[in-house]
Formats: sequence, structure tokens, C-alpha cells
Amino acid sequence: MHPAPSVIFFTTFSGLGFGLLAWLGIGAPDVTGWTAFAFFAIAYAMAVGGLLASTFHLGRPERAVKAFTQWRSSWLSREAWCAVGALVVMGLYGAGLVFLGERYALLGILGAVLSLLTVFTTSMIYTQLKTIPRWNMPLTPVKFLSISVAGGALLAGQVQIAVLLLLIVGGVQLLAWMQGDKAFASAGTTLGTATGLGARGAVRAFEPPHTGTNYLLKEFVHEIGRKHAQKLRIISLGLMVVLPVILLLLPFSHFIAVLALASHIAGVLTARWLFFAEAEHVVGLYYGKR
Amino acid sequence: MTTLPDKTDKKLGLVIDLDTCVGCHACVISCKGWNTENYGAPLSDQNAYGADNSGTFLNRVHSYEVQPDTGAAQLIHFPKSCLHCEDAPCVTVCPTGASYKRVEDGIVLVNESDCIGCGLCAWACPYGARELDQAAGVMKKCTLCVDRIYNENLPEEDRQPACVRTCPSNARHFGDLSDPDSDVSKLVAERGGMDLMPEQGTKPVNKYLPPRPKDTLPDTTEEFDILAPFLAPVAEEPKGFLGWLDKTLEKL
Ligand code: SF4
Ligand code: SF4
Ligand code: SF4
Repeated sequence: MHPAPSVIFFTTFSGLGFGLLAWLGIGAPDVTGWTAFAFFAIAYAMAVGGLLASTFHLGRPERAVKAFTQWRSSWLSREAWCAVGALVVMGLYGAGLVFLGERYALLGILGAVLSLLTVFTTSMIYTQLKTIPRWNMPLTPVKFLSISVAGGALLAGQVQIAVLLLLIVGGVQLLAWMQGDKAFASAGTTLGTATGLGARGAVRAFEPPHTGTNYLLKEFVHEIGRKHAQKLRIISLGLMVVLPVILLLLPFSHFIAVLALASHIAGVLTARWLFFAEAEHVVGLYYGKR
Repeated sequence: MTTLPDKTDKKLGLVIDLDTCVGCHACVISCKGWNTENYGAPLSDQNAYGADNSGTFLNRVHSYEVQPDTGAAQLIHFPKSCLHCEDAPCVTVCPTGASYKRVEDGIVLVNESDCIGCGLCAWACPYGARELDQAAGVMKKCTLCVDRIYNENLPEEDRQPACVRTCPSNARHFGDLSDPDSDVSKLVAERGGMDLMPEQGTKPVNKYLPPRPKDTLPDTTEEFDILAPFLAPVAEEPKGFLGWLDKTLEKL
């Protein structure tokens, strides 16, 4: 899949933002007044900024509001509802904390649930696609949720739990790579099934339908990016998990915490880039590519 | 709604004959022509006269080589357009309701004025049958020429898809695949029509007819050109002026 920067930024930052909102919703940290304002400002900047970035890849962004209509069948539509629901509920809850110094616990918990549901629905947009076997597995939502909750914990200053969650993220990511590497083969789609000619012999793409490129090749076939995949996996795991964990185990200082966060975000961005660049769409088979 | 109908009254679709398709791409051109001038946004081209050209097409023809374990390889031309799947994953993922499957005939269509161009339906289609038009920003796909097949302004013989009407080798057939007595259903039954990527669970309506087995060539040590005796050369050695020319040229 083409790793579009808008989608990589959207999933990374909205995941972090909603992760932080979930922690704020359960009162960790238990802040009020200006401190609460600062936390909520960061969370909203990330969540809303990410959502805005996601509209950049739309062909007709001016009609985006129509995306609320099909929640019965479409995960993208459900994501839109959850995101707006979470932002509204958490906005009310945040206003209580900032302006009234009051914590409406139930509202916070509802907001936290909606925030996590937003991340879950985002992950389901990818997970549901049978056409991309690497994404089409239960570990995909587990990965998105664990990264969001761990990053949120880092942002929320929940150091001990963040260390634990980061280690979980590392484990889930490793498992996802291991399963993902086998996914295309076990899905069983080949050029033979794609053309129905597989039983007659070895099928080879002889001539493409066009001399130039097209939307399908630009969007779904991204072979170059995978050349350095192994190195990038190590880099992303190091930045996303290993370095932040080491930094957090050092004696606490704000500078080190910021460093751990920056490293984590860079790692998630790299992992998210790989998530797209390594994903192979079955349509590539028709072109003799993956 | 982008939920799929439980059942459609008809299953209109195409039957594509891989045996007779000669790979001329006439269906590609007629499809582009008709669908640029009619339903919805035109099918745009980008940088059409430059080096890096691309454009939107609803139907494309691939060519594949099949090498059996023994014997000669076979070249097969392979036209591909939307298969109007019964369990169309492209429809259910659409957040806006722009993509839908019609209850009356099973045609999968995009209502372009509702489409936000998110591209998710193209991600969900295993066959590459949807392309986001780069000029209009909306999703384009085969309409089964819905603006021809019911069009009373056209003469009767033209009320079929442009690609079917154009095909010079009759490799594309149009009809109702839910009716076992229709010509297309009979063709599918006779020739063993098949689904593409059945493991994807899309239940395509369009069917592909496999190529027939190739004629086997007779033993090449024997004479097999029946016209050869009649075409035996009359003069083995050139004589006269031609003979002189031949010799002179050879000496050079
Ligand atoms: S071929 Fe693709 S676009 Fe057409 S109905 Fe099936 S999934 Fe949808
Ligand atoms: S590109 Fe248009 S038709 Fe396709 S899923 Fe998005 S809104 Fe629906
Ligand atoms: S049925 Fe019409 S729109 Fe579909 S491939 Fe044929 S010509 Fe194109």
C-alpha cells in the first residue's frame, strides 16, 4: 500500500490524542484548573489535528459530513461518530475540570470508553479488509489500542504503567510482524486464483493492460519501500519501545520524559509507515506485483 | 444504505470468454468513450501526451502466459471490469452511502454526488475494479452501462453494454445470471464458467469461461502443411537478368 503521509500522521497522532483523553477520562492524572487545560489542549490538538490530516486524502473533503450516514455497515462511518462523541463528551468533562474544578466521573468514564472506541474503529477500517491479508487479523486492533493506551500513558505522565504498556506494545508488534509475514500466503490468493487459470499451469503476467501507471498501481503497489523493511523494523522497535523504557527507568526528570515521548512518537511513525508500506493488496497479483 | 440487499430480483452481469478474446482492447476504448460522454463525471486522463501518462478506465485487458507442466505455453487475454459481486465488500465499507447495490438488477453503482473520494471501496475490492478519478475526486467503476441497457432512445440492438456491443470476437456476453434459462447462464453451464478469487468470498456475478484446450500440433517430422505441394517453387535457380543480378550481388 502507498504510505500516504496524511494517513500516517492521522493514525499516529489521533491515536495518541485519544489515548491521552482516555487516561484523563479516568482521572489519571487527577488535574483541575490550568493544569487540566494544558493536558486537554495537548490531547485535542493531537486528536483533532489527526482527524483534520485524514481529510487531506479525500477527493471531495467538502462533503466529509456525509460520512456520518452509514454507521450500520461502515467502520469509517462508525469512526466518525465515535470521534465526535468522544470529543464532545470529553469537552464537557474537561470544561468541568478546568472551569468548575469539578470531576464528573461518569462523564469521564463515558468519554474514555468513546475515545478507545474511536481508536478501535480506526483499526477496524484496516482490519476488515480481506484484500490486505497482513491487516486482516485480530492482532491489528490489539496493536492500535495498545499503542494508543501506552502513548497516552506517556503523555499523561503515568510512568510506571507506561513502562509496562510499552513492553506490551513491543510484544504485540513483534507478534504482528511474525503473523503478518505469513498472512499473504495463508490467505491463499494467488495469480492462479485471481485469473482462475491456476489449475492449467504456472500463470505469469505477460503484458500489463497499459503502458503508463494508474491509480491502482500508485495506491496499492509499493514494492520499493520494503527493501529496508528489516532495518526499519529494528529502528522503529528501538525508538517506540526500547529507548523510552530505558529512559523512563532512569531517575525521573522532565527533560528525560520529553525525550522518551519524542522517541516513542518517532518510533510509532516509523512503525505506521511500515504498516502501510509492507501491506500487500491482492490486486497487485493481476500486475504480477505485490 | 450501504448494507447489501438480501436478494436481488435479477443478477445482471457479464460472461467473459477467455477462449475467444483476442486482446484487441476494443472494449477498453468503447467503455472509456461511452462512459466519458454519459453517466457521471468524465473519465479523465492525466498528462495524456507526456511521458508519465495515466487515466481512469473502467475496463482493462491484461495478458497472461500459462505454462503447463508439459507442452507449449498458452497466451490468454484477460479483460477485467467490475464483477458486480453479490457480497460486494466495496459497498459495505462506504461511509457515505454513495456505493450501493441495486435491488432490482444487482448492479453495483456509485452515486457520485455523495462520494467523498475516501478510496476505501477501492481498497476493499480485490479485483481492482474501482479507480478514483484524479480530476473529479470521485470513485469511478463499471456501471454495467446502466444508461444503455434500459435506454429506450437507443435502437434495440444497442441496448447492451458498450463493451459487449463492440467486441469483434464476441468474447463478452451480457444477461441475467439469476435466470437459469438465459443465454448467459446456459453458456456458463456448458463451458464451466468460473469465479475469480472465490476465496475472497465476494460471490462475483460476472463469470469467466476458461480457454478451450489447444489443438495439438501433428508430429513435426511429417509434412503437415496441406498447401505445400501446390506452392512448390517453379524455378529453383534464377536465370537471365535475375540470375546475373543474383550472382553479381553475391560476389560483392
Ligand atoms: S468487482 Fe470490486 S467493485 Fe465490483 S462489486 Fe465486486 S468488489 Fe465491488
Ligand atoms: S470513495 Fe466514495 S464510494 Fe468509495 S467508499 Fe469513499 S465515499 Fe464511498
Ligand atoms: S459494462 Fe459498460 S461500464 Fe462496464 S466495462 Fe462494459 S462498457 Fe464499461
